[in-house]
Amino acid sequence: MKQIDARGYICPTPVLMVQKEVKDSAPSELEVLVDDRCAVENVTRFGTNQGYAVTTESYNGDEFKLTLKK
Amino acid sequence: MKRFMSQNGIILLTGVVIGIAALTLTFLGNPANMGFCIACFLRDISGALKLHSTATVQYFRPEIVGIIAGAAVTAFAAKEFKGKGGSSPVVRFILGAFVMIGALMFLGCPLRMVIRIGGGDFNAILGLIGFVAGILEGIIFLKKGFTLNRAYRQSKGEALGLPAVFVILFVFTLVFPAAFQVSAEGPGSMHPLWIVSLVAGLVVGGLCQRSRMCMVGGIRNSVMFKDFSLIMGFAAIIVTVVIGNLILGSFHPGFAGQPVAHSDGLWNFLGMALVGWMSILLGGCPLRQLILAGEGNTDSAVTVIGMIAGAAFCHNFGLASSADGPTFNGKVAVILGFAVAAAVSAAFTWRKEK
Repeated sequence: MKQIDARGYICPTPVLMVQKEVKDSAPSELEVLVDDRCAVENVTRFGTNQGYAVTTESYNGDEFKLTLKK
Repeated sequence: MKRFMSQNGIILLTGVVIGIAALTLTFLGNPANMGFCIACFLRDISGALKLHSTATVQYFRPEIVGIIAGAAVTAFAAKEFKGKGGSSPVVRFILGAFVMIGALMFLGCPLRMVIRIGGGDFNAILGLIGFVAGILEGIIFLKKGFTLNRAYRQSKGEALGLPAVFVILFVFTLVFPAAFQVSAEGPGSMHPLWIVSLVAGLVVGGLCQRSRMCMVGGIRNSVMFKDFSLIMGFAAIIVTVVIGNLILGSFHPGFAGQPVAHSDGLWNFLGMALVGWMSILLGGCPLRQLILAGEGNTDSAVTVIGMIAGAAFCHNFGLASSADGPTFNGKVAVILGFAVAAAVSAAFTWRKEK
């Protein structure tokens, strides 16, 4: 599964990274790492709007792994 | 409907509360159409700290302290307070200063622009058109890969630096008022009792931290991602302020004679265009920078200090507009700002990959 590491970036960069990946290769599955709660919300909203089911798990305390599936 | 409210309830609530708080603060003493203005308030703080000497705009505005502290409290409660920074802080300082130069050309930050529109000030509509134009300009670079680079983990002590300084300075202004400048006349002299301003700031800061309210983010996300959640907060403020002003009899539609405003359309447009473009590069409007600084983002803390320094430049070098209109120096500074925006946009878009 393709993974995007957007840790350290605040919005809108994480969403832009996901948007680029979705545009370029329309993956059926995508993993996104972020460390900002606002980014979790924005990537989740963007993924949902694009028709993905988005699940979030936290690891390392305040880092998050989002999984987008179609 | 239920899903809509669960997704957007908090941002709509924040917009309505900001609108009501702005109307209340103006009713109780703040200047007209200036219930909240992050740029004006930081400029007043800059004056209170004697960083500039324009006698009419000096007051340590408790709203700013409240917004930062309110955001810090809710961020702590939600376990979202986290030290992070190191994403081009020097450039952010400079951009923050130019945000202020653009805002004081127009006479208001994006939040006050919305509040001015809600008071019937048509000059602010030209400001809004400029604001959107500036945002669209910034989005061109975002789409091409602009970023001020990633941030890194910082200690809690570093993260608490700016919020602590604001709280301590504010306590000093209460305990040793003679040490600070306070306007005897003009906008700086107009304010409610400090506790009212502080509480309004705390409430708004807390809500904005939870809802991620951002004037720039709303338009940006709508254009780039068809994500309309943040812009609803923007709309909620306008609707609330219009209704409130109609009830209070303070809705005065027109261009001429608007409070703490001028009617030079071109420079209202250009001032806010600069604010929009710079804010896109910074990732958020001045209000959002205060909230992020409260959450422990030290890049935003540096931006806030940049805005305070920018306000001092504006008044020490005659860049700020007045009710009579813009100044020649101010026009030169705004044009210089566009050159800086273009240079920073280009430098951080077409940078060498690591």
